[in-house]
Amino acid sequence: MSEELETRRLKREVLVRIIKAFMSDNYAENVRLIPYEMRPKGCEVPFRCCVYKERAVLRSRTIAGLGFAMEDDDERTLLSDFAEKALEREHPEPEPLTVLQNACKGCPSSKVFVTELCQNCVAKPCMKACRFGAISNDGHRSVIDSEKCKKCGLCMAACPYRAIVKTIVPCEEACPVGAIAKGEDGLAHIDKDKCISCGKCVSACPFGAPHAKSQVIDILKNIKAGKEVIALIAPALIGHLPCKPEQIQDAFLKIGFSAVYEVAQGADVTAKTEAKDFQERLENGAPFMTTSCCAGWNELVKKHMPEITPYVSDAKTPLYYTAEIVKKEHPDAVTVFVSPCFAKRREVLDNPNVNYLLNFEELGAMLIALGIEIDVCEEKEFEYQSSKEAREFALTGGVARSVQAAWKGEEGAVKPVVVNGLDKAAVRNLRAYAKMGKCPDGNLIEIMCCQGGCIAGNACLGSLKDAFKKVTDYGNKGQSLETERKIIND
Amino acid sequence: MEKIKVKVCQGTTCYVMGGDVVKSILDTLTEKYADKVEIVSVRCFETCHKQDSFSKAPFVYIDDEVVSSASVEKVINAIESKLSDE
Repeated sequence: MSEELETRRLKREVLVRIIKAFMSDNYAENVRLIPYEMRPKGCEVPFRCCVYKERAVLRSRTIAGLGFAMEDDDERTLLSDFAEKALEREHPEPEPLTVLQNACKGCPSSKVFVTELCQNCVAKPCMKACRFGAISNDGHRSVIDSEKCKKCGLCMAACPYRAIVKTIVPCEEACPVGAIAKGEDGLAHIDKDKCISCGKCVSACPFGAPHAKSQVIDILKNIKAGKEVIALIAPALIGHLPCKPEQIQDAFLKIGFSAVYEVAQGADVTAKTEAKDFQERLENGAPFMTTSCCAGWNELVKKHMPEITPYVSDAKTPLYYTAEIVKKEHPDAVTVFVSPCFAKRREVLDNPNVNYLLNFEELGAMLIALGIEIDVCEEKEFEYQSSKEAREFALTGGVARSVQAAWKGEEGAVKPVVVNGLDKAAVRNLRAYAKMGKCPDGNLIEIMCCQGGCIAGNACLGSLKDAFKKVTDYGNKGQSLETERKIIND
Repeated sequence: MEKIKVKVCQGTTCYVMGGDVVKSILDTLTEKYADKVEIVSVRCFETCHKQDSFSKAPFVYIDDEVVSSASVEKVINAIESKLSDE
C-alpha cells in the first residue's frame, strides 16, 4: 500500500470529515465545506496545479464518499444537496466503483517506445525482431511507428541495451479483465458489464481516480434511527486493527452497532461444505474443483468465464452462511458486512440477507471521527469460537488448508493449487484448465483475487506482514477442524 | 553514542492513516542505521486529538521531534539530518 499512501490518506480524510459532518448539528453545510476545510484560502497546494483544482477533486471524493457515481455529477449540484440526497436514499447504488474524472490524469496511451539510450547499433536486432515492419531508423536511433506496432515486445527483448520500453496505463494494466480503459475523451472509464469490482484499478492509479462508492451514510443513518445494526466482520479484520481481537466487539458497540459476528463462523460451514462437495466430485470423476469464496473470482466466472462454472464449488461464501445465521437469530436486524475489499460489494448487493458493506478504510474513518481509541476498548470473547482454519481463511492458501482439514475422504487425495492473486496470466491459465477439462498441477484450485489473500485486500489498513502475524496468532488460538475428524475416527 | 529513538505511533488514528505501513517499510529500510537508530511502536500520545490534526496523522517521533503526515521519505530525511547534526 505504501506507494499509494498519499491518495489513500486523502480518501480516508474525506471519509472522516463526512462522518464528522454527519455527527454534527449541521450535516449538509459541513459536508459542503469539506473541500474548503481541507484546502482553505492561502493554503499550500500539495498535489495539483492550483487550489481550485484540488478542491474540485476533493469535491468529487466527497461525492463518492457519500455513495454517488461521479458519472452522474453535473458539476453544479452543491455538495450539501448530495449530502441530503444520501440521507433520502433507500438502497445503495448498484455499481460499486466510479472514476473521478477530474482526478484522472488521462495518462498517455500504452506504447512501445525507443528511449534515448538507443545506441544506434550496427546489428539493429530490434528491426530484425519486429514482425510487423514497425521499426525504422532515422539515422540517430530506431523509431517505432505506433500505427503498425502490435506491442508484442519482441524488439524489447531483442535490444542488447534494454533501451526499448513499454509504457503502460496503470489502471488498464492492473485490470485482469480489460474493464477499465481510456475513452475517446482520454480519461479512464469502467465498463460495468465487464467490471468484476476487484478494485485493482483503485490500488493501481497513482492519482486516486477510481473510487469505491461508500455506504457509510446509509449505515450511520440506520444506527442513528436506533435500529438493530449488526456487524459481520471478515476474518481479515483481526489483522488490520491496532488491538487485540477481543477488543473489536467493544469498538463496534461504541460506534453504535448492537452486536458483532465473526464471518469465520460461516467459514467453518464453507470449509465443511466445500470438503464434502469436493469429495463427491472426486468420487464422480471430476478432474478438479475451484474454490468459491472470493467475490472477485465469482464475478469473473459469471462475466468472463462461464465455461468454468461446472468446476466451481457449490459451497457458498462464509459471508453467506454467517448472514443466514444472523438473520435467523435477528430477523429484523440491519446487517453490515465489514470487508477488506471492494469486490464483496457486488455479493452484498446480490444477497438479501446482507444490507450494507463497510470496508476497513471506512471503519477506520468511523473510529477516527468518533474518537474511539481501540486499544483501550474492553476485551470480550466471541460467543462462537471459530476454528483455526476459519480464522485463517483470509490468508492465501488458507481456504485450501481448511478443505484439507475438513476432509473426510481418501487420505492424500486433495492436491491444492494456489492462485495467489488474479492477474491477466492467472486468468489465461484458468481458462485453459476449463478448456482442457483438467488442471496439470493439482485438483483443488484455491483462487484469491488479491495477492496475499484477503489480508491484502484493497481496503486494508495495516501492513501485510503485521496482518499475517496477527491473523496467524489468532488462528493458532483456535481449535483445528482436524481435531473434529480425529475424534470421529477414534 | 545513544541510539536515536524513532517512535511510530500505532494509536487508532495513526494506524488508520497508514502508520503501520510506514513502520513496516522503515523496519526493512533502516538496517544501515541499525547501530544508530531504534524503531519502536508507541501508543497514542494524543497529538491527533487537537482540532483537525487527525489529518496530519500518522505521527512519528524522532527523539522529541514530531514528524507529521509521516511518510517513509520524511522520516528517513529527519533521521539523516539528525545523524549529520551529531
